[in-house]
Amino acid sequence: MSVLDRKLIRDLIRMWAQSLAIALVMACGVATLILSVGAFRSLDETRTAYYERYRFGDVFATAVRAPMSLANTIAAIDGVAAVEPRLQQQVLVDVENMREPASGLMISLPMERDVAVNALFLEEGRLPEPGRSNEAVVNAKFAEGHKLGLGSSFHALINGARTRLDIVGIVRSPQYIYALGPGEMMPDARRYGVIWMPEPTLAALFDLDGAFNAVSLRMLRDGNETEIIRALDDALEPYGGTGAYARKDQMSHAFLDGELTQLDGMARIMPPIFLLVSAFLINMILSRLISLEREQIGLMKALGYGRLAVAWHYLKLVLVITALGVAIGAALGTWAGRGLTIQYSEFFSFPFLIFQSSPDLYLLAAGISVAAAILGALRSILEAFALPAAVAMRPPAPAVYRALFGDLLGRVRLFSQLTVMGLRHLTRHPVRSAMTAFGIAVSVALPGVGMGTLDSIEDMIDTVYFQADRQDATITFMAERGIDAVEDVQNLPGIIRAEAFLSVPARLRNGHRSRQIGIVGKPAKTDLSRVLDVNLEPVLLPETGLSIGDRMAMILDVQVGDVVRVEMLTGERRVVDAPVTQVVRHYLGLNVFMEINALAQMTGTGTRMSGAYIDVDATEIDELYRTIKSTPVLGSVTLQSVALQLFRETMRENIAIMLGVYIGLAVVIAFGVVYNSARIQLSERSRELATLRVLGFRRGEVSRVLFVETGTIVLVAQPIGWVIGTGFGVLITSSLATDLFRIPFVVNADTYAISSLVVIAAAVVSALIVRRRVNRLDLIQVLKTRE
Amino acid sequence: MKTVFDIRDLTKVYGTGEVEVQALRGIDATLNEGELAVLLGPSGSGKSTLLNILGGLDVATAGSVRFKDRELTAFTDRQLTLFRREHVGFVFQFYNLIPSLTARENVALATEIAPNPMDPADALAMVGLGDRMTHFPAQLSGGEQQRVAIARAVAKRPEIMLCDEPTGALDSKTGALVLEALVQTNQELGTTTAVITHNVAIGGIANRVIHFADGLITRVDTNETRLTPGDIEW
Repeated sequence: MSVLDRKLIRDLIRMWAQSLAIALVMACGVATLILSVGAFRSLDETRTAYYERYRFGDVFATAVRAPMSLANTIAAIDGVAAVEPRLQQQVLVDVENMREPASGLMISLPMERDVAVNALFLEEGRLPEPGRSNEAVVNAKFAEGHKLGLGSSFHALINGARTRLDIVGIVRSPQYIYALGPGEMMPDARRYGVIWMPEPTLAALFDLDGAFNAVSLRMLRDGNETEIIRALDDALEPYGGTGAYARKDQMSHAFLDGELTQLDGMARIMPPIFLLVSAFLINMILSRLISLEREQIGLMKALGYGRLAVAWHYLKLVLVITALGVAIGAALGTWAGRGLTIQYSEFFSFPFLIFQSSPDLYLLAAGISVAAAILGALRSILEAFALPAAVAMRPPAPAVYRALFGDLLGRVRLFSQLTVMGLRHLTRHPVRSAMTAFGIAVSVALPGVGMGTLDSIEDMIDTVYFQADRQDATITFMAERGIDAVEDVQNLPGIIRAEAFLSVPARLRNGHRSRQIGIVGKPAKTDLSRVLDVNLEPVLLPETGLSIGDRMAMILDVQVGDVVRVEMLTGERRVVDAPVTQVVRHYLGLNVFMEINALAQMTGTGTRMSGAYIDVDATEIDELYRTIKSTPVLGSVTLQSVALQLFRETMRENIAIMLGVYIGLAVVIAFGVVYNSARIQLSERSRELATLRVLGFRRGEVSRVLFVETGTIVLVAQPIGWVIGTGFGVLITSSLATDLFRIPFVVNADTYAISSLVVIAAAVVSALIVRRRVNRLDLIQVLKTRE
Repeated sequence: MKTVFDIRDLTKVYGTGEVEVQALRGIDATLNEGELAVLLGPSGSGKSTLLNILGGLDVATAGSVRFKDRELTAFTDRQLTLFRREHVGFVFQFYNLIPSLTARENVALATEIAPNPMDPADALAMVGLGDRMTHFPAQLSGGEQQRVAIARAVAKRPEIMLCDEPTGALDSKTGALVLEALVQTNQELGTTTAVITHNVAIGGIANRVIHFADGLITRVDTNETRLTPGDIEW
């Protein structure tokens, strides 16, 4: 081993704590990159393979009743590869030992042919056999949620009849990777099941012999999606088609896509922060090391080592630290990535998991880390490269301080000389101080973002469940009924209040922009399910015109006063031009509201209702549940409190993990930055500090000089951290906003108080570690040597 | 004449085992109130070690140092800090000023923690730097910096001034100005002053010259007539 390499090793051993701190920050960057990109790739690959092998559809549509022969017409549409006509119906489900009613989606399985689109993965058991009218297969999540195994049974309310269903198989479907019940925010395995039964059985039960009411298509590779949707709409129109939609609007796919986008976003936002911070740390220690080693550099050059050899020597130091960081990060990222992928796959319903091992990803992570490290080291290394031997042997010019603001510090006499020392040193290195503050600010921002997400979700919950949709439950009928049906609902046991609503499928158009949506009609003075304006104040629904959700207004690019073309997809399929009378705010889904009578009038069906929002007397809830379970006209019941509880639990679980990670990362960064900055100060100022000790200052007083500077930087960093955190939060939540849900970024004061406390605690600990070194200063040695 | 330091059989050994260095080999000496003593000897002769022990920067291996009626060698670290703070003024070869403080603030650094200090401005005026008070060390010449260091040492009205090669980094003309300041404070304030040097000529300004060699005191000369710093040359 060459002598220079031995020096390198000894330098590293001497600076092990600082080097490790940098390596850890770098490891965080590498780990988040490998973790998020790795999990993204694995999930993406799994999804692609699943879609491919189980023939997930490209276009979906529903109708009221279309003749089976229409399937051939649809198959003939240009660009269509396969057609799967089927029967499907929302039903109420009653599982033993479950108080509240659940919903289910019944789907037909063809008996005489294979499923062409959305095939099933049979996890256990077998598919139902023709002729056995009670046999059914259910999705795995529902079976798990109720611990239903092969041979167990449950009941469904099908067309008014309570029917026993025997489970013969447990399946997974690419169409229900994320199985969301009607009106729900989160998949609830217990309250929403997907049930497949033989086509002839369902045709008989639903009175749909020789007909279908839903269809899925697979396109040819060169198929034109827009054209196919248009042709499919035309074909289904006479049979009550409610508008075809593409895969991107399919619920399960859209949610899964949202999650993947989030992972992708994490890969873009987090690693650069860590690499930036580590580049800065490298810059900090290396520039100090090289200024301390000026004489050694001069000596090396005097002895005949070339400039390149000297530069390479210091570069190697950086590369060793980087290699350590990359190795730790890669191991951590691989381990956590696997965990995350498994967690995701448990949340979603995948039949298998493909772990993508990505050597390119590790190369990329290593490459980026090396680049960041070199970026940080460049200036110092160039300095070492350029330092002429003679200059290097002479001490650097003494530090020049200037009085700032007309020597305000000196004249005000507010501070002791020790404090003045700390503050002047701080302002002497403005860039370094600012960078240090930035590093600490980032570490304040991280838990701020994490806990802010929690605050934001609570805020969203408050808005959605306590300001807007305040009903206890939503009952949806199997089919629309006359407005008088609200009386029937009112007469159910335990109902305190009931308000009718009407949901009408329609396509809204503004020029070339269009979107398919359910327009919801509510009473003008709706009090249970309120409509909120953009300031989240409840508003009345005007007698005419559309109250359009802000997200939908953005999609259609309309504002108050604009006219939107409304193509009704039901009844007489009228096409009406309606004005936008107000823009309202809602965080879930895409929303267009109207006064219920105005909507009925626009549709031309007379005043009808799709269901009702209800307030329930809690003491009579069991009685209500029992009645609902045996009421044939009800299609589904959404229970706000159950949905909310589940939503909170899921979010808490996910966010608790994320929060733990964020706080851990914050501590690593804060510790790394403060420790390094204090160590460097100490090495620069050991002579000054020893002089103070000689002059009779106590250890505590001497440490104060260091702490004034570090403490000021840490304090200044706090508000900057809050601002950065809020910025990140807004960036992240707005990048996560989808048509399905939006989270407003809200952050409570105590959130920042806690993140500041965490970071300050980390800073204090690292400062105390450095203080031990202040206590060990060698007074005599330091006075003998010239700076 | 009262004795300020009474040194008996003082020994200092650096290192242990194989690399033991005997810096002081059992010396006896006294320093008297108000006197200016020059400690003369080549480097490694033990004079700095003695000065460090007298100043409470280092502790002896064996022997005793009494400061007035107190046993300095028995002081704890905390007591040594307090001793330095209240009784000792230091002047170093490389000045050891705080670069981030102005001349006045460097002096104030010492007066802030002293029980009975002078005004920093008066101390600076004494060393002839009344008009340089707001300058930072980097804006002062070497001689000026050393005079600030002397002002810092005397401003707390110490009983003892310990100066380790105060002119070592200066040319003779500037050095004379610095010695002038030391002699002046010694005479005006009556501060017991010990000056370390390897420069024989400087011995002329002292009351007594203590010669060191190889960890021992070889000779003590008393000057019947003292020279002024202006008279000596090197």
